[in-house]
Formats: sequence, structure tokens, C-alpha cells
Amino acid sequence: MDGLKRVPVREQDATERAHNFAEVCLGYDLNEAKAEADRCLKCKNPKCQTGCPVNIDIPRFIGKVSEGDVEGAYRVISEYSALPAVCGRVCPQESQCEAKCIRGIKGEAVSIGKLERFVADYAREHALRPEVNAEKKNQKVAVIGSGPAGLTCAGDLAKNGYDVTIFEALHEPGGVLVYGIPEFRLPKDTVVKSEIENVKALGVKIETNVVVGKSVTIDELLEEEGFSAVFVGSGAGLPKFMGIPGESANGVFSANEYLTRNNLMKAFSEGYDTPIAAGKKVAVVGGGNVAMDAARTALRLGAEVCIVYRRGEEELPARVEEVHHAKEEGVEFKLLTNPKAILVDENGWVKGMRCSRMELGEADASGRRQPMEVPGSEFEFELDTVIMSLGTSPNPLIVSTTSGLEANKRGGIVATDEYGGTTKEAVFAGGDAVTGAATVILAMGAGKAAAKGIDAYLSHRKK
Amino acid sequence: MYEIIDKKRLSDAIVMMEVKAERVAKSCMPGQFVIVKIDERGERIPLTICDYKRERGTVTIVFQTVGASTERMARLEKGDFFRDFVGPLGKSCEWTEEPLAKLSQKKILFVAGGVGTAPVYPQVKWLHENGISADCIIGARTKELVILEEEMSRVAEALYVTTDDGSYGMKGNVNDCIKKLVNEEKKSYDLIVAIGPLIMMKFVCLLTKELGIPTIVSLNPIMVDGTGMCGACRVTVGGEVKFACVDGPEFDGHLVDFDQAMKRQQMYKTEEGRRYLKEREGSSHHGGCGHCE
Repeated sequence: MDGLKRVPVREQDATERAHNFAEVCLGYDLNEAKAEADRCLKCKNPKCQTGCPVNIDIPRFIGKVSEGDVEGAYRVISEYSALPAVCGRVCPQESQCEAKCIRGIKGEAVSIGKLERFVADYAREHALRPEVNAEKKNQKVAVIGSGPAGLTCAGDLAKNGYDVTIFEALHEPGGVLVYGIPEFRLPKDTVVKSEIENVKALGVKIETNVVVGKSVTIDELLEEEGFSAVFVGSGAGLPKFMGIPGESANGVFSANEYLTRNNLMKAFSEGYDTPIAAGKKVAVVGGGNVAMDAARTALRLGAEVCIVYRRGEEELPARVEEVHHAKEEGVEFKLLTNPKAILVDENGWVKGMRCSRMELGEADASGRRQPMEVPGSEFEFELDTVIMSLGTSPNPLIVSTTSGLEANKRGGIVATDEYGGTTKEAVFAGGDAVTGAATVILAMGAGKAAAKGIDAYLSHRKK
Repeated sequence: MYEIIDKKRLSDAIVMMEVKAERVAKSCMPGQFVIVKIDERGERIPLTICDYKRERGTVTIVFQTVGASTERMARLEKGDFFRDFVGPLGKSCEWTEEPLAKLSQKKILFVAGGVGTAPVYPQVKWLHENGISADCIIGARTKELVILEEEMSRVAEALYVTTDDGSYGMKGNVNDCIKKLVNEEKKSYDLIVAIGPLIMMKFVCLLTKELGIPTIVSLNPIMVDGTGMCGACRVTVGGEVKFACVDGPEFDGHLVDFDQAMKRQQMYKTEEGRRYLKEREGSSHHGGCGHCE
């Protein structure tokens, strides 16, 4: 076996999977996992670990896989992460742990993500659960939002003996894991539900249908409901639109709406009441992971789909793997293309889009080459659906209803230290609510740091 | 799970339910709404709050059966449960923030159309409980569709009922009544709050603009999450895009683009829109027309 190359992971065939919502990646089996684990060099000074936002002891868990002790590997990962089956699937490993892998200098990095996924799936299939053995502390902590930041923070606090309640605005816990990321990348009933069950098994309570800021305020949680600290992991918030003509036509959706109808409300599935106007000819505007998710969802609902992005392929912010999967499945990429107007029929529905061609100029402050319009290059094409995937801006709800909690100019909650402390005592924050839209694992890292911050704050206060 | 404590049919197609929902009952204010979901497979349906009893921990909702989901809801009985009941969502009426002394100087006329009477009721009631009197017009197509008349008469200073077909109250629409009150009876109003079908609110606003009376309307567009996340409920107000769920549901009626709102409403909500959707989609159709099983 060629040690320079990783053990390939089995995937559902592209032509087949373009028409179903089953998971694309099929994962390793035990033999494949052991073979891949054997490629690890067990570095004395493991760089991979420094690339992990939650600092998993990667060589130690891979060592256990290599020995065939998958349960042991799961125990190692569980010390650091509450959501390994999620992370093994949606983390951008290629720019984190795997980017630092010494194997990767010459040849391909160890497939750390796929190994993590294998271990987590094995644990689920064998009903292994994380262990709690901390002494109960008589202090209540409220966690707002049950996405990756909230679940991680809640899990870590519960492991430390705190009495934790998560408040979730929607009717299902999971945040972006259930409303945003599609089934074919992250199966809900198996993977997500089971990881949430694991967090609950640590003693965490989850109250759904509570919109903090409306149903109850943070001040009330602290002053009336007996919580000693609050973690805000409320997520990214309001979808952005371009502000071009025709954007309010029927058939124009935010990626959040399109994905929520499909993922959370299961519009794709027979027997669920929520409708979705899936579209026949769909353009997704944007080039991030969410855009790829929306495009691949529309494809599976039977549409012809293109991505419209104003920069070039190299500038696409989505993970390479996602772009690759989208292309394999038949999503067309209209790059260096910028929408100017959405064309609307007499009934108020989308009938097409006017775009102009772009070229890349000098790099701007962010280091990305600035797209510039090619004069006279406007063209039109037919469409019935446009999905805007341009990112989000923070939801002002919590900041505007909490006394003394400050936000920055962009609306994100101001974190005053690396442990998620805010301008308000006893209130901590992390994840997209602070940084604006980012990744699952960064949110988990922030949740983890805040759990430390809350523990330090409450231990100190007791004395 | 949220228990239905009481149920009453207000007409053939309009149902009132009192639901146990402690958190909502404790914090809701006039103008706000809830989202309910009947079971695992149901839609999230936004409904305005018709009444609330803080001491009982209950919230009263009123809805009209317009499709599969609301028909399923209407079959629930006292003692049954909603799987989900979330709120209060949206902003409360702006005037609830005003000092009562200042507010009591204002003469407000409420204009309620059909099932829109339900969200008007808690507003008039709130004013009444705070010692402020307000007038109210209830308009409906026909007598059978006039709802909450008795409740409203207990809290409104003067109550006027109009029906399009003249089967009850004054014959005509709410605009005829507004004109009569203002032009003939020389009543003067500082604010009009109009809640009902979009087409009614549009025409009330056209009239009140002419009469120079500031007018607030409450919008109930298509929504999914109701917390600002999906943007389905976007409306154009004064040339700016607003999300009804977080920026509203109440807006300055003279600035709302009603024509656009009506077009967006069609998408899943009207028979016409649903049929059109099915036709357009062909093989990629995935429900939403209200006709597929």
C-alpha cells in the first residue's frame, strides 16, 4: 500500500445521489479505518492537535483505532468533543488538523476527519455514551441556543457538575445542524439526534419553543429563574439580500428559508405539511458552503441548478470537497458573474436574471482580488427560482432586550476575553452570535472556551 | 406539549382555542403573535394572539380554516395538545410604550376585518383596562362572519358593525363606516389601527391618507421560523425591506407596499397561487399546492 496516499472513502455514486437525500459519504469500515490510522506518524509534537479548535488529542485517538480499540478511541475524543459524529462530517479538516499533518508535507495528510467520523459512528452503533462522574454543583446555568456552540458549552458544564438548561427558539434542538446543513451531509435522525441525546445523557435539559428576548429575557433568567450564569450561543441570524430589483418576487428565497423548509420542516419528504416551491431552473447566488448546500438540495428536488458567483473558482469560500461534490452531481458554476436584476413576470414570479461578467482586479485589504464589472457584458437567462446565499447579519433580539450587553458595529455581541466574557456580568457568548457566520467547529471551540470561563467565574464567585 | 383548555367555534370556518402556554401568557403584549405546530409533521403556523390570561397561564388564538393544516388544527378538541406553541413573537403595539397620560389624550379608531377582529380585541381590551377609551368597527362579508362582537362591545367605547351584504349592522364596507363617522358624525381620530385582509387594509390606508389620519396595519405574511432567520416574511415599507416577524408585524400603513404583499401572499396561501405553483413546477413539484396528499 502506498503510504503517501490516504485510504479512499466510499461514496454514493454521483448520478444516483443527485436524486436522493441519503448521505453522500459512506465512511470507513474497521479495516479501512485501521489501515488509515496506521499512516499516522505519531509525532512527538503533534501539530494536528494545535490545528483543532477543540484541541482533541488526535494521535492518541488514532493510536487506539490502529490497535483496533475503537471504544478507547471514542473515550479519548469524548474528553474534548460532544459532537464527534457531526465534526467528522462537517469540519473543514483540510484547513485545520489535516492542514498541519506532517504526512501531508509529502503526500496526503492522514484522513483525521474520516477517522473521527468512523469512531463516532461506531460508538453510536454500539450504544456507547460519554461518561459523567463529576460531583453535582448546586448552580444553574442557562444556555441560549442548541446549536454547536450551545451543545458544546452545555455538555462541558454538565460534565463539570453544573445544572444546565438549554433554551431553543425552534421546535427541535440542534440549531444549524438541523435547519441548515442538509440530510445528505449530516443525517438528522441518526447522527444529529443521537449526539443531542448524548448531551442530554450528561444531565442537560433542553426547553424548546423559548425565544430568549421574547418568551423570557436574560435579565429574568438571572434575576427570577435562579440561573447563576448565561451562555448566549444564539447563532447568526438575519439573511442578507442584495438590494437588486426583483428581489421581492415570488420564487426568490434566502438560503436559510430554502434550507429550513427542506431540512427542519422536511418539505422533501412525503407526509410533511410544509410546502416548498422547489423550482425547475434554479440559480443560487453565492459561493460558500451554504450556497453549495442550497444548490445540491435544489438539485435533489429535481431542479436544474447553477451557482452564480462574482469571483473565480479559487476564491470560492466553500470547502473544496463541497464544490467537488456539487460539480460531480451536476451543479453548473457561473463564475465571475454578478446579478444585476431579477426579472419578474406579470404575476410577480421570477422569470430570469440579468447578470454582468466580472474580471478580477488587484487584491483588496482582505487579500482577495476585487471583482470588477466588464463594461457592456450584461446578459440575461431564464430562471424560475433564485436562492440568495450571501451570509447573515446578527439577530438584534438578545442584545436589544438585555441590559448592559453590548454589540459591535456589525451587531455581533462583544466578547471581552478569550473565554466568551461579555460587557454584562454573568453573561458569556460565543459562536456566530459573536463572530458572525463561521463554522460549526469554531462555534464549538467558543462554546468550550465559554464553559471554562463560566466555571472560573462561578467557582470564583462562590468563594 | 401545550394543552387546549377550551375550544369554541365562532363560525363555520373560524375556531377559537384557549391554550396553556405559561411563558407566552406571562410575557405577551397586544400586537404580538405566536407560531403553533400541531404535531411532528405539521407546518409552523403564525397566528395573532386574541387574548391572554396571565394568572391562568393561557393564550387564546383564533384561526380560519384555509388549508390542510388549519383544517387539521380545527379538528383538535378540548384536552388535546399542540406539539409546539412559541412566542410571543414580533413587536408589541408601539403605543403600549407611550406614557398612559399622553396616550389617553389620543382618540384611536380600530378597524377590524373578518378574522382580523381577533388581534384587534386584545388591543382595545388593553386600552380599556388602562382606562383609555377607543372606538371600533367590525366589518365582515356577512352576519355569520362577524366574530367577537359581544367581547368587543364590553371593551370598546363605541362599536360599529358593517356587513357587505347588509345582513347585519350597517350595509357596506368598513370604509363606508369610517367615512360616515368622520365626515357625517364629525368624529375626529388621531390614529387608526386597521387589521384584516390585505385588500381591506390597502383601501383603508388609501382613505385615511386622504383624511390625513395616521394608520397602523398588522401584516401576517408567509413565515417559517418567525424569529428573523428565514426572511420569507419580507415586506417593503417606505421603500425599505423589512421582516414582518421581527420588525413588525405592525407597520405604518401609509408606507406599506400592499400590492407586493398581496403578490407574495399568493405564493402558498391562495388557491390561485397554489394552482399556479403546481403548473409552473411540473415534475419538480413538492407540495404547497394544497391538493397533493
